[in-house]
Amino acid sequence: MIDTATLETRVLNCSFEANRVITDVNFTLRPGERRALIGPNGAGKTTFVNLLTGRLRASSGNIMLNGEDVTELGEARRIRLGIGRTFQITSLFPRMTVRENVFLAVAECEGIAGNLLRSVFSHRRQLERVDELVHRVGLSDVAGVPAQLLPYGRQRLLEIAIALALRPKILLLDEPAAGIPTAESHVILDIIATLPKEIAVLLIDHDMDLVFRFAKQISVLVQGSILMEGSPEEIAADPRVREVYLGDSKHGRPAAA
Amino acid sequence: MIAPATSNLPAAALSGMTRLLKLLPWLVVAGLPLALPGYEPLATQVFVMILFALSLDLLVGYAGIVTLGHAGLFGMGGYAAGILSVHGITDPLVTVIFAMMVAAFTGLVFGIAMLRTKGLTLLMLTMASAALLYEIANKATGLTGGEDGLVGVSFTPLLGMFAFDFRGKTAFFYSLTALFLAFTFVQALINSPFGWSLRGIRENDARMAAIGCPIMQRRIIAYVISSALAGLAGALQAQTTQYVALHSLSFDLSGNILIMLILGGSGRLYGAFIGCPAFMFAQDQLAKQDPANWFLGLGLILIAFVMLAPGGILGIAERTVAAVKTWRRA
Repeated sequence: MIDTATLETRVLNCSFEANRVITDVNFTLRPGERRALIGPNGAGKTTFVNLLTGRLRASSGNIMLNGEDVTELGEARRIRLGIGRTFQITSLFPRMTVRENVFLAVAECEGIAGNLLRSVFSHRRQLERVDELVHRVGLSDVAGVPAQLLPYGRQRLLEIAIALALRPKILLLDEPAAGIPTAESHVILDIIATLPKEIAVLLIDHDMDLVFRFAKQISVLVQGSILMEGSPEEIAADPRVREVYLGDSKHGRPAAA
Repeated sequence: MIAPATSNLPAAALSGMTRLLKLLPWLVVAGLPLALPGYEPLATQVFVMILFALSLDLLVGYAGIVTLGHAGLFGMGGYAAGILSVHGITDPLVTVIFAMMVAAFTGLVFGIAMLRTKGLTLLMLTMASAALLYEIANKATGLTGGEDGLVGVSFTPLLGMFAFDFRGKTAFFYSLTALFLAFTFVQALINSPFGWSLRGIRENDARMAAIGCPIMQRRIIAYVISSALAGLAGALQAQTTQYVALHSLSFDLSGNILIMLILGGSGRLYGAFIGCPAFMFAQDQLAKQDPANWFLGLGLILIAFVMLAPGGILGIAERTVAAVKTWRRA
């Protein structure tokens, strides 16, 4: 049984010197939610994710996980509490193989990474989990290939496998489909579909087609503030959103509208 | 590479065979005194250097910690063993263990102080750490003998049976055994989840932090283990030469051991086994040619290696093998 988590921000602010990047954001991600965060370039989407994961520190406000304040906790602690993510710019272990990449995450998650003398190969159960994760993201055929030799799109999938290896309760996907041809971006949705329903997923992406196929709920971030939240239909119909975002999008109109 | 989880019976038989094959070079080396009598003391020095370079490879090649102060830990081991023996504790194994503990503790203290930093800052700090120990040893003449070195170092026979004689046979087998044990240990270490996590930290430390790895803790553990092994090498040198020189803490030695490792190829474990003899041979030959400026020749060789063959001698070998394989397939 996977226990669930609700992630919440309260009047969250973040500024770099004089620049306010995130302004008074109140945001909630509930268990099992499939939410997308959209917004024009520079709206602060990645900054917001970095605040949620602890990579950046908030200037003021609170981040709550299941009602507990995690604002002061570091990245590593929050991961252990179940906040998983992928990176907008792939961040892998380039000279290590796909399996080795995933193993590192599995080992940290299962608390065996500090084992000094027992060979990796004697950790059967963890290795099976590695193979299962590699299979889930469709990389079994390149399991023994160093990450840096994979095409970019497949590196994105490896990125997701690493995130899943950490058994997240909340998964933050920062432009997971960047670099994947639009025609193949459904792979990402297929992988999300294999996740337990209780996991909350927040998708950040420019690809409106992907966003509208995926999300049940959408939050729109503009200049560091939440402009509005709602169902895809509501978002697509809102004139303000059309003006700031969809109007200048090259990705076409949402299919769901 | 992870072996596929197939039936493990033939795999086990195969691994038995490979294990035997891997022992072969060790057995050949152990037979050297028969083939080349009189070379035991030289071989012993080579073993000690290989062990020292091996301890450095754990840091440079796996944990991604480049240090120019590793002699500090080597020298600490040497002085710990030497000082103990001068004060009457002369059992080789007891002193070796004490020396490793002293070096490990030194590594722990410096590691905690230094390993928050990276890159050039860390490099400078490692240099400073060894320089500090060097100056302390230089000034504490009562304890270390200062510039004259620590004399009067002697040890009782190994296990009460094998005396450290002038022929150097005991020292030869003793240091070879220590090297074998250390190698086996390091090999197990780098193939453990811990060893993999060190490689992960070297490859991308920010990402390791983001998967929940306590990076600082792992790096310190690696540093302490490497320190203990460097201390072991230092203690072996003290025991097999019955002397501890200030040079064993010097920047000179820190630099040379790094060069030996780079020459052989770091991050490969076997690099130390290739680089140390190659360096010592080159040093010997170049010094014969030009006793005054031999270091210049060595410098040129090193520059050539860094620019043309970043993987060292083993890197060249790996690329050659790969090229031959592709050529055969074509």
